[in-house]
Amino acid sequence: MSQAGAGRSLKREDAAVMAEQVMAGEIRAVARVITWLEDQQPLGPAVIQQLLLPARRAMVIGITGYPGTGKSTVIDHLITAYRRLGHRVGVLAIDITSPVTGGALLGDRIRMQHHADDPNVYIRSMATRGQQGGLARATRGALQVLEAAAYDVILIETVGVGQNEIDIMQMAHTVVALVAPGLGDDIQAMKAGLLEVADIVVVNKADREGADAAIRDLREWCPHVIRTVAVKGDGIAELIAAIAEHERLKDLAQMPS
Amino acid sequence: MTVASAPLRVLIGKVGLDGHDRGVKLVVRALRDAGVEIIYTGLHQTPEQIVSTAIQEDVQAIGLSIHSGAHNSLFPRVLALLKEQGAGDVTLFGGGIIPDDDVPRLKAAGVQMLFRPATPMHDIVDFVKGLRTDR
Ligand code: B12
Ligand SMILES: Nc1nc2c(ncn2[C@@H]2O[C@H](COP(=O)(O)OP(=O)(O)O)[C@@H](O)[C@H]2O)c(=O)[nH]1
Ligand SMILES: [Mg+2]
Repeated sequence: MSQAGAGRSLKREDAAVMAEQVMAGEIRAVARVITWLEDQQPLGPAVIQQLLLPARRAMVIGITGYPGTGKSTVIDHLITAYRRLGHRVGVLAIDITSPVTGGALLGDRIRMQHHADDPNVYIRSMATRGQQGGLARATRGALQVLEAAAYDVILIETVGVGQNEIDIMQMAHTVVALVAPGLGDDIQAMKAGLLEVADIVVVNKADREGADAAIRDLREWCPHVIRTVAVKGDGIAELIAAIAEHERLKDLAQMPS
Repeated sequence: MTVASAPLRVLIGKVGLDGHDRGVKLVVRALRDAGVEIIYTGLHQTPEQIVSTAIQEDVQAIGLSIHSGAHNSLFPRVLALLKEQGAGDVTLFGGGIIPDDDVPRLKAAGVQMLFRPATPMHDIVDFVKGLRTDR
C-alpha cells in the first residue's frame, strides 16, 4: 500500500487521498490513520479534518466496569447480535499502558477473535499511553475515523478502573457499566463512581452466587439493571433491547419541538 | 519528538491446533516489560485471522508460536496472505519447535527470524526492539 512507511513524508494532498480511502471503508487506511493519531503524527489530524460524516450517524456504546467483570466477553456477544441485525460493527478496546515500562498487553480481543475475519467487523486495541480517565488520547479521533468509515455500531471498551470515567460519557450515546458478583467492594464502589456515568447497569456472571442480591441492591439506584451470563450469551438480547430503548429516548429528547 | 518514541505494536499469537503456550506467554511478558505494545490473540488462530488482525491493528510485526509441527505450511501461508492483502511490509518472525533442517527454507521464504527452545529472552527482546518504527 502506498502509504506504508511514509507516515512522516506524506503531504496535504495525501491526507485527502487517505480521507477518501477511510470514507470508502478501506480497512488499511482506517487502521493507518488511527496509528497516526496514536503516534501524534501531524497527518492524523490532517486526515480527520477532511473526513465527512455519513448522514446516518453511528450508534456509539461505551462499556465500562472493573477488569475481569466480563466487558470483552459481553462485547463479543454484542458484535454477534449486531451483525445478525445486518450492522457493520467497529470496536475500540482500551487497555492500560504500564507506567513503568511504557509497554502494554492488549488482550481484549482474545475474546472476540472469531470475528477477526469478518470484513464487516473492525476491532482495534488501544493502549492508554499515559492518558487518565479510562480511554486513550487518540480514542476520540479513532471514533471519528470509524464514524466516517460508516460503521453502524461502535463499541468502546474502557479500561474500567472506576474513577474519572467521564470521557466515555461525552463520547458514547449509551454507557453500559458491568458488575460481577463476588468481586468484593465492587458494588459499593460502583455506586460512588461508575453508576454516575452509566445509563444501563449489567450484573454479569449471574451464574455466580450473590447475583440476585446485587441486582436487588442496584435496582434501588438505577432503573435499568440487566442480568447476563456473558459466557453463555444469556441476557444479551435484553441488553440489546435496553440499549435500543435508551437510544430512542435520547433521540426523542434531542428532537426540536 | 513524539514519533521516535511511539511504541512498537506487535501481534503475538499461536496458530493451528497447538496448546503449548508457556513459551509464548513468557515472550509476551518480556516484550511488554521492554516497552512494546503487544496484541495477544491467544490460541488456535488460523492464518486468515492472524493476517486480518495484523491489518486491523496496524502492527509492525507478527510473532507466531508453533509447536505442532505444522510450521512448514503455516508460516508460508501467513506470508502469502500478507502479500495478497497488501501488507507485505509487516515483519514475520516466530518461535517454538522448528527443526534445524527447516530453518533455512523458512527464512528464504521470508520469515525474518526463528527462536527455538532455550533462547535467552533478551535475544528476542533485542530483535524486536531493533525493528523499524517509522510509518
Ligand atoms: C510442556 C509441554 C507440554 C504441555 C504444554 C503446557 C502448556 N500450556 O504450554 C502439555 C503436557 C499440555 C503438552 C501436550 C502435548 N505435547 Co508437548 N511438550 C511440552 C514440552 C515438554 C515443553 C514445552 C515448554 O513449555 N517449554 C518451555 C518454554 C518456555 O519453551 P518454548 O515453548 O520452546 O519457548 C521458547 C522458544 O521456543 C521460543 N518461542 C516459543 N514461542 C515463541 C513465539 C515467539 C513469537 C517467539 C519470538 C519465540 C517463541 O521462546 C521461548 C523462550 O526461549 C515440549 C518438549 C520440549 N523440550 O520443548 C513438548 C512438545 C512440544 N510436545 C509435543 C507433543 C507431541 C505434545 C502432544 C501432541 C502430546 C500428545 N500426544 O498428547 C500434546 C499436544 C497438546 C496440544 N493441545 O497442543 C512435542 C512436539 C513435537 C513436534 N512438534 O514435532 C514436544 C516437542 C515433545 C517431543 N519431543 O515430542 N506438552
Ligand atoms: N462464570 C462466568 N464467567 C464469565 C462470564 N463472563 C465472562 N466471564 C469470564 O470472566 C473472565 C474475564 O472476562 P473478560 O471479558 O476478559 O473481562 P473484562 O476484563 O471486563 O474485559 C474471563 O475468563 C471470562 O470467560 C459469566 O457470565 N460467567
Ligand atoms: Mg477486556
